[in-house]
This record gives sequence, C-alpha cells and structure tokens, in this order.
Amino acid sequence: MSSEGIWVYAVVRAEHADDRVTGLHGVAAEPIRVVATDDLAAVVGAVGLDEFGHDALHRNLEDLDWVANTARAHDAVITAVARFGPVIPVRMATVYLDDARVRKLLEDRRDDFGATLCRLSGRDELGVKVFADPKALLPQDGHQDDSGPQTGTAYLMRRKRALASREEAYQVAAVEADRIHSTLMRHAVDGKRRPPPDRSLTGKDEVTVLNGTYLVDSDAIELFRETVAALAMSTGRLSLELTGPWPPYSFAGEPIAE
Amino acid sequence: MTIGGDDSLVPRGQAGAVANPQPANLADILERVLDKGIVIAGDIQVNLLDIELLTIKLRLVVASLDTAREVGIDWWENDPWLTGKKSNLELENERLRARLDRLEHGNGQRRAVTSRSAEYEDEL
Repeated sequence: MSSEGIWVYAVVRAEHADDRVTGLHGVAAEPIRVVATDDLAAVVGAVGLDEFGHDALHRNLEDLDWVANTARAHDAVITAVARFGPVIPVRMATVYLDDARVRKLLEDRRDDFGATLCRLSGRDELGVKVFADPKALLPQDGHQDDSGPQTGTAYLMRRKRALASREEAYQVAAVEADRIHSTLMRHAVDGKRRPPPDRSLTGKDEVTVLNGTYLVDSDAIELFRETVAALAMSTGRLSLELTGPWPPYSFAGEPIAE
Repeated sequence: MTIGGDDSLVPRGQAGAVANPQPANLADILERVLDKGIVIAGDIQVNLLDIELLTIKLRLVVASLDTAREVGIDWWENDPWLTGKKSNLELENERLRARLDRLEHGNGQRRAVTSRSAEYEDEL
C-alpha cells in the first residue's frame, strides 16, 4: 500500500458524494472514490507513486504529453463532479500519503471549505477572451513607402510614425477591452482579468487584449452568453471567444469576504 | 442540489454566434488546472510554480513551434533570449565597432569624428 498515494481532485459536500463519483476514472485510470467526514468529502483516486510520487511527478511534469493527458483527466473528473452540485477544484498534482491525511485536511479546513462551497453553489465559471488582429488594427498607409529618401532620418521618421499608429491602435483596443470587461462584470457575481496567454499557446496570430474569467449564476449563463454575443456584434475589429461553463477553478482559492 | 439536472448545464463549447473551440482546448485547460484551483499542501510536494512558469510554458512554446510557424508566429526566431543567437542589433553594433576601430587605428591621421565622408567611401 505504501506504493500508492491519494490524488485529490476536488472537495464537495458529503451529501450524495458517493453517487457523484460513481463510474468515474482518474489520471491513472483508477476508479474515483470519496474520503468523507461528517459534512465534507474529498474526491480522490489511488495512484501509483512510481508515476505520481515526488520524483516521478517532477520528471513527468517535464513531459508535455504526460501533462496534457493528466490535465485533461484531472479536469474531466472535476467537471463530471461539478454537474451535481458545488465543487472546489483542487490544483493538479496534490497527492497525500493515505486517506487519514486527506480526512485531516477536511477537518482542519472545515469552515473554510464550507464557506467556499456556499459561495460557489449554483455558480459556474465562464471564460471570455478578446482578440485584436494586428493587421486589422494597423493602418495600411506608409507601410511599404519606398518612394521617400533613403536616409537614416527618413527611415526613423517612418518607423516612428508606424510605431505611433500601432501604439494608438492598441490603445483603442485596450479601451474597448475595458468596456467589454466592465459590461461582463455587471452580469457576473465576480470576475477577474488574467495576463494574456502566450501567443504561441493560443495558436492565433492575434493579440489577446482581454483574458477574463467570470463567476456567473447558473440561471444567468444564458443571459451572459447573449451579452457576449451582443458585444461581439457591437465591436467591429475585435473577436470574442467564450469558453465554459467551467468548474469554478479561478474562484476557489480566494479568501472569504463576507 | 441539481442531482439529475444534467441537462440544466449547457455543455462546454456552445456559444451561439461567438467563436468557441470545442472541445475545450489544452491551453484553456492547462491555464486553469495548473494555475488555478485551490492550493492545499499535499504530503507530496511539487513546486508547480517552478515547473509551470519556466518549464511548461517554455516547453509549450517549443512543442508548438511547428503549429505556430504554420500560422505565421515566429517572433522567437529573432528573440536572442530564446534562440541563443545574437540579435541583428548586436551584430550591427559589432560591425559598427569594427569599422570605428578601422577608422581610428587603420589610418593614422583620420579621426572618426571627422570621417563621415570616409565612411561613405568605405561603403561604396
């Protein structure tokens, strides 16, 4: 048994927790089960330490394919569990030595987890990214202006003008992004802007001007979608991308403000 | 609370008129699974911050090089930090420094400050 660890996916209310995990499989294809106290339950799976122990994790996290598969499996369990009630997603690669240690965690942080579950109950996370296409943003004039004098000064002047108009275009896009964010905040319980993901990660030749994520009441999701669609129509040069609903990954770890 | 209410949740990846990749793409999942979610101290500790910021992101850049190049993203090819090569600016600086050396030492009485015309000769 010492060759196994307990991988934690999420924390939920103990009520019906067993039913919520029936038939699910985790990062090691292991059957998912719960470790429960009186009112809380951790959604867990037993994983081999040869793959998920300290050294193995360090090694495997360097392997993109492993990371991708594990991330998808981790997310799939949390998403499945989230369908049936509030869930606190736990960050990937949280491993305990045995059930008793998990139970102790639930007991130690009982109040904290309980309050968070209350706050997240009946709410989902939606992601909205706004992209600006640099080609659409940039004015086309003077771009290939070879007719002018070929002196260093002329070149610098052209370069300066190009940079200035680009700067201006991005500022316009940034203002637009601010407007979109504040409109979306009115339809959300909470929201935050995050740094734009690496451009090579998005695979788009576009600049991310807004990487927002929003906590939305489940019964307001449709309205939120419509708002995003309306914003997409109202803005000519920017494109919007909506993802979700996600389990509330981005809103699980906050200090509880009452 | 919503047990059996599976249908009440709209499946991920339906967004009406708005562009939406489906299923959720890896970048979106990684952004949340690695960067978000509650952090609790497990018995087995991995400093995700190190790996996440330095290794994973860089490896993703590397892993997606071909895809990225296909859609025309190639900024890293000119980034000395990523390529380990010298930038054009550095190379140009070196050329200019070498020329300055030649001008100052190669010809006794010629001085760099007064040698603009000489520079042009140099180029022709």
